[in-house]
Formats: sequence, structure tokens, C-alpha cells
Amino acid sequence: MTYGPHTAEDRAQMLRAIGVDSVDDLFADIPASLRSSGLDLPAPEAEVDLAARLSELAACNRVDLMSFLGAGAYRHFTPPVVDQLLLRSEFYTAYTPYQPEISQGTLQTIYEYQSLMAELTGMDVVSASHYDGATATAEAALMTCRATHRERVLVSRGVHPHYRQTICTYFAGASLVADDIPLVADGPDAGTTDLAALERLLADTDHPVAGVVVANPNFLGLLEPMAEIGRLTHAAGALFVSVVEPVSLAVLASPGEYGADIAAGDGQPLGIPLAYGGPYLGILACREALVRGIPGRLVGMTADIDGKRAFVMTLRAREQDIRRDKASSNICTNQALCALAAAIYLGALGPHGLRDVAALGAARASELETALAAAGAPRIHPGPYLNEFAVRVPDAAAVHSRLIGRGILAGVPLARLLPDEPTLADGLLVCATEVTTQAEIAAFAAALGDELAGSGRGATKQRGADR
Amino acid sequence: MVPKDLRYTKEHEWVRVEGDMATVGITEFASEQLGDIVFVELPEIGRTVTQFAAVGVIESVKAVSDLFAPLTGEVVESNSELSTAPELLNSDPFGKGWMLRMRVDDAAQVGALLDAAAYEALTSEA
Repeated sequence: MTYGPHTAEDRAQMLRAIGVDSVDDLFADIPASLRSSGLDLPAPEAEVDLAARLSELAACNRVDLMSFLGAGAYRHFTPPVVDQLLLRSEFYTAYTPYQPEISQGTLQTIYEYQSLMAELTGMDVVSASHYDGATATAEAALMTCRATHRERVLVSRGVHPHYRQTICTYFAGASLVADDIPLVADGPDAGTTDLAALERLLADTDHPVAGVVVANPNFLGLLEPMAEIGRLTHAAGALFVSVVEPVSLAVLASPGEYGADIAAGDGQPLGIPLAYGGPYLGILACREALVRGIPGRLVGMTADIDGKRAFVMTLRAREQDIRRDKASSNICTNQALCALAAAIYLGALGPHGLRDVAALGAARASELETALAAAGAPRIHPGPYLNEFAVRVPDAAAVHSRLIGRGILAGVPLARLLPDEPTLADGLLVCATEVTTQAEIAAFAAALGDELAGSGRGATKQRGADR
Repeated sequence: MVPKDLRYTKEHEWVRVEGDMATVGITEFASEQLGDIVFVELPEIGRTVTQFAAVGVIESVKAVSDLFAPLTGEVVESNSELSTAPELLNSDPFGKGWMLRMRVDDAAQVGALLDAAAYEALTSEA
């Protein structure tokens, strides 16, 4: 019995009708070297056997570790109301419905998401979501090029390396240029965007800059001088893109407050569970002047012919189904379910609750800093941070791996994500949130202290010497 | 009926050529086809545009279309009233709904444009 919707005869009939011999012929325009040579699948298995094997594979995942890992995705407590509401069948899709206006409830949830995110970012317009922070950031960079008719953006090396790679991928196809802004190497501003370098890059009038992309807090957890960066950017006629972590906006100045033109970021910290790569939520917001350049869905509120409140898809005309190859994006879609999770999370916590989440995370991170410094792993950078920072640990990658053996996920070795920053070669990027406990911090510091004192290895040697 | 003293493009734009200056707009046919026009994006003053290349955008409630330069030259003026009153493109496309004025580089290019009769023939086919 086949589960496919079309029988072999159905397919043959369709191929005859359009005059091609095989389904493969439909892909003839794609060079052979880029086509898949078929899937190398093992022989079929009984469902019981397959389930057992998958369980065995799933058990290889370490879900028992005390985690101090952030680096773009963050552990938070999610009130049960979030998942409970998400499971309602009316909501259970990533997509906006076709004939959207018939689904007023769905449009209202998207409108609520947009409104909450506009308040959080201080921006006028929020699109009804993107895949994740990386793609939202790349779309923001593309927006700056379209709006200014310029072809070059400057991206701080303090932006998450995966986001930077995604910008390069999008730009390569569009023949646009993305240049790095270096980080300050040492001194009080070490690890933040190098403003002198930014000024030099902006002064290159042969290659005018469309946009400047900076993250706050940056990938190393440090706070950037966003207002100053915005001022330099605007003086050069470029647009300022701020990459944000949404929980931090409860306690930090919003992009709207420091003059950003576009805000982008990952909405995962807002009630979306950690998963290997997603599904997450891309936040994209902008000032009203850029509303016709923002890709993705926008839902607006209006009144119907009886004067009753109604929600509509608005400014649809620039999307790909209408504008085809000239659409503002042919890559984006939305993440309605994840956006709904974020809206419910924000609604459940309220502004004070979100501030508590951010402040408690910052307090725990400060305790973590003190504990790790006492254990022999001081911070690398002197500047202010919120809830994530880099510490110096000799032989960081090996220590990190040994700590996993002790049940502790000690953040991420920076050399793994930033191999081209030699000053960070012995860095570990660690993070705390409101769910990090003082007991976990003590356990991490003790284990790290042991490792650094050599007693972790020392104990093994001791046993060896006894023989 | 379309004004006889204008030239036209297949993209439904009209051009009034006066010496080396040209005024550009969209035809009544275009504005009717587009429906209610809600936004126009015009090229900035001083920009050099190339004949038949896209230089701006006309957005109606149901579609977004490109505005093409009918001739090669430099944009010297754009109709700033359209930013607050894009509906002029519907109510008076050949008059108050004009879009831009440009200095024409090569008068010979005018020959590539349609005259009123040819344009009328084009729209009657549609």
C-alpha cells in the first residue's frame, strides 16, 4: 500500500499531458552537479525496531547537563499557559491561512505579536515574523540596500558568526558586499565594535555604505555604544540595524530609543524551547519610513462595513505571490506558531515579569562571574555585560570537554565559533538566566577550579602512581 | 481617447517632449487597470536614468508595478504632491498626476516611442 497521493499511473498521465518523459526532466535546468544523486537510505525496518533504534539514538543526547550555554539561544522558564494555548488546533500551523481575513482570530494573534514586539523594540512596524534571528538580520541588511540604493553594508564582528554567515549567503546571490567592522582588541572597550574603524569604513566614499549592523548585547555578551554607532551611521547617510535579544530589551534601551532604523533578532527566548536549530522566530521591525521595504506579512487593524473592529493583511502588494521576482523577499515566510508563543509568553509575564526575568538573569550572571573568577577563570573583557560573558580558561576546549564528563556544559569554547579571533582562543562564552541556580553556579565553579588546579587530571595520575 | 500631442510607451506611460525636457506620467488606461493607487516611489532628483529601465514604483491596492524611464537622461523634478495625494494618478493622470520631469540626453530616442494612434491601437487590443 502506498501513502503517496499520486499513483504511478497518475504521474505518467500528468507527464504525458505536459509532454515530458520523466519527473527528472523537470529539473533539467539545474546543473547536474547541483542535483542530488538520490538518498542513501537503509533497508526498511519494522516500526517497532525503528522506534527502538530512534530511542537509542535520542538517548545519545545529553539532556542531564547543567547548562551555562547561551551564544544565541537561551534557557528560560516558560509558563505552562504558553504550550497549553499553542496546542489548540486552531493555532497549530506555522502559516497564515489563505483567504486570511476569514481567520480573524489568527490575524488578531499576529496583530498582538506585532504590537507587543513594537513596544519592546520601540519601532513603528513589525513584520509577522521570519525564520530566525539570522535570516531576519540578513533581510534587515537587504532592506538597507534597497532603501539607500547602495550596495555595501558593514557588519560588526560582534554580531553572531552564524548571522554574519547568513548575511554573506544572502548577499552573494544579490552581488552585494558585506564588510566586517573589527572589534577593539584591548583596553576598556575590548570586545566591542571598533568605532574608529567604523568611521574609517564609512568614510570610503567610493563605496558608500547602505547599512551598519551591530548587535546589543553583542555575541561576546558585551553592551555596545549603540547611540554613538547610530550617530556615525546616520552621518554617513546609512541606515542603522540593531540586532537584539528580546528579553534584554526589558532592561536595556530599545532600538527605537537609540535611533536604530531597523531591529532584528531571534525571538526564541520568548517562550520557545531550545531545539537544535529551531524552529525559532525571526523578529524584524523598522521605522514607519521603511514600511514599504519590510519583507513578510503585516497585519493591520481596521473597521468593517458595520464599523466593527476587524483585522486585515495589509501592504500585501510587495509579496512574492503578487510582485514575483521583484518581491521585497523571495526567501521569507513567517513562523506564526512561534510568534504566537512569543505573544502568549509576553502576555503572561507582562512588562514587570519580563523585567524580572532579565534582571534575575543579570544577577545570576554576576554571581557566576565572581564564582568563576575565584576558581581561576577571570573575564576576558572589562566592559559591561548583561547575562553572558567570556572567561579566560587555559586550554579551553579540553577543559570544556572534561567538564561535560562532570555533567557541566560550560558554555561554548569561543575558538569553535570565532576561529579567526586569536585573542579569544582560550575563551569560554558562558551565560546565566533566571533558571540558573546558585547551586549550579557553585558546582560549575568547583568543577572548573578542580580542573584548573590540575586535580581532575591529578587524581588520575595519583591512582597511576599508587600501582 | 488619448491626448494627441503626447508620446507613449508600451508600459502605458505618456511623455510630453518640449525641447530637451520631457514630462512623464502614466496613462488613464494604466491608472484604470491598476485601480486605486496608494503610493508612488519616484527617482531622486539628479539621478541619471536609462530608457526603458525601471526607476520607480507605483503601488495600488492590488498590485505593485514598476515605473520605467521612457528616455535616457537626468531627473530634474518629481511631482512631490503625489507623496501625499497619490490618488491624483487616478483622478487626473494626464494633468496633476504627472510623475517626473527629465532632461533628455538623446532626442533621437523619442522615435522609439509610440504616437497617440499607435498607443490607442495597443490599448484597444488589450
